[in-house]
Amino acid sequence: MTTDIGPVRDKVRSYILANLMFTDDASQLPDDVSLLDRGIIDSTGVLEIVLFLEEEFGIKVKDADMLPENFDSVGSIAHFVGRQTAQ
Amino acid sequence: MTPREARLLHDSLLVVAADPACAKKTAVIVEGAPHSYAELLDEALRLASALRDRGIERGDRVAIYMDNTWPCVVSIFGILIAGGVFLIVNPQTKADKLAFILDDSGARVLLTDAHLAKEFVPALEQVAHAPAVICSRLDDSAGAAESFETVIASSAPLATRAATIPLDLAALIYTSGSTGNPKGVMQTHQAMVFTAGSLVEYLRLDADARILCMLPLAFDYGLYQLLMSVRLGATLVLERSFTFPAQIFARMRESEVSVFPGVPTIFAMLLAAHSREALSFPRVTRVTNTAAALPDDSALRLREVFPNALIYKMYGLTECKRVSYLEPELIDAKPGSVGKAIPGTEVYLLSPEGHEVAPGEAGILHVRGPHVMLGYWNRPDLSAHMLKPGKLPGERVLCTQDHFRMDDEGFLYFVGRTDDIIKTRGEKVSPVEVENVIHGLGGIREAAVVGVEDAVLGQAVRAYIVLNPGASLDERRIRAHCAAHLENFMVPRDIVLCADLPRTATGKVSKKALLENPPA
Repeated sequence: MTTDIGPVRDKVRSYILANLMFTDDASQLPDDVSLLDRGIIDSTGVLEIVLFLEEEFGIKVKDADMLPENFDSVGSIAHFVGRQTAQ
Repeated sequence: MTPREARLLHDSLLVVAADPACAKKTAVIVEGAPHSYAELLDEALRLASALRDRGIERGDRVAIYMDNTWPCVVSIFGILIAGGVFLIVNPQTKADKLAFILDDSGARVLLTDAHLAKEFVPALEQVAHAPAVICSRLDDSAGAAESFETVIASSAPLATRAATIPLDLAALIYTSGSTGNPKGVMQTHQAMVFTAGSLVEYLRLDADARILCMLPLAFDYGLYQLLMSVRLGATLVLERSFTFPAQIFARMRESEVSVFPGVPTIFAMLLAAHSREALSFPRVTRVTNTAAALPDDSALRLREVFPNALIYKMYGLTECKRVSYLEPELIDAKPGSVGKAIPGTEVYLLSPEGHEVAPGEAGILHVRGPHVMLGYWNRPDLSAHMLKPGKLPGERVLCTQDHFRMDDEGFLYFVGRTDDIIKTRGEKVSPVEVENVIHGLGGIREAAVVGVEDAVLGQAVRAYIVLNPGASLDERRIRAHCAAHLENFMVPRDIVLCADLPRTATGKVSKKALLENPPA
């Protein structure tokens, strides 16, 4: 079964815009922009995103999952959440 | 070029790469990709000739605004070989400050990376004399720039040696100052060669070392991991940051890291991960800490994670790179101490009036040795505040302006700073710099920035702000403004809007009172 991750993506984007970029202009954060390259996240930023995902989507993020392939863009975070909730 | 004994900072690269036994050895592993010493020298020589072709002469400054990448490593050595002076700007730096540093240093070339275009393009519009730009992974976003990769590929290796002598500048290392604007610490070739040698001596490192560097190369602590590694003909494992600890841990195992340099925030995160799921790195033989004090209980718990490592507590400031280290065998005997002067240097404490202080009494730490800076670039006034006449004619010693005490065996204990610099995540934050940015927003009557204790960050940045009557600013708007103009670690974690700020008898804002009785 495939989950529609569109709504997840929007929630993740809104969260990052509001809490790490302090704006509501969604055009500032396309799906595939690297959060690391753009200096949007650092080690504490990643932890904030993890806490948000755990509360919002009821998933548990393991330390071993905190990798760039899961967390470096809005798109990759949404896919990660999609995989976790599908399990 | 014929190698010789290391007099200049890049000489050891020439020596190692020319030795047939070492040329193919891995010099740097950048996010998993290995590069040999021969490759490093070849690309650095090509960049050096490209810089010469673009007018770089002995003593000219060249700015590097890059992440911890392969082009960044090549750039450092390419600039030195060309006879230039390198300065590395932290990639978190925003446009205004980058423009300030480019103007202040007079950099004639900027070496950068396309993903930083959002900041360097506007910075280049502000500067008085725009440098030529060479940009790695060039795309349309970077404006008028040449491609780093094309420049390297199309330039022949430099064949003639620059006329550089050991007294020439090798680097300007920019550091935050209590006056607000960053200052460029001038370091000569001979000072940096000496310092790298002193560090590898007390860390007891050799060519088999595999040194992890996840601290920015813009930070002298990160930079010297590279300089030590090349000096030894060892291997540097270069990562961009500690943002993804699980990735760092995997890389440490796969690259067989033996030296782990960190700051207290990294160790706090590492120990937090260890308490969730036990970590063990038996291959690591050296763990080093500086930038802020490592709590004694953390040092103890680090032995669980690094069962075979010597743990070094150290102290330093950019103005002389490193002041002191505690022999790892003494970590239990001398809790709280940062040890003694690094090899080849000495330290002493003086009262504010310049007299010797008795053992156990606090005094201002003075540092004497070949590692002391020449001064701050363009700032003789600030240099005079830090460099004082020494024992011999013409000599200058570094007056750190930090208070220490020394026990009767000569071991140093940090007492406090005399300025109001905040140390967060191991980085220096100037309250004035943050206050100036906040004032830039308009609608602000007053802003006072202080550091408050935090278990993970060391100190967290807190801003107390009084708005002008009628100003419609909220916390989020202020934070957005700060994030757009300051490095991430400088952005206040707490923004407290209040009606007034406590004052001293002379009417100045009292930061002491702010910390003791915070306004609601």
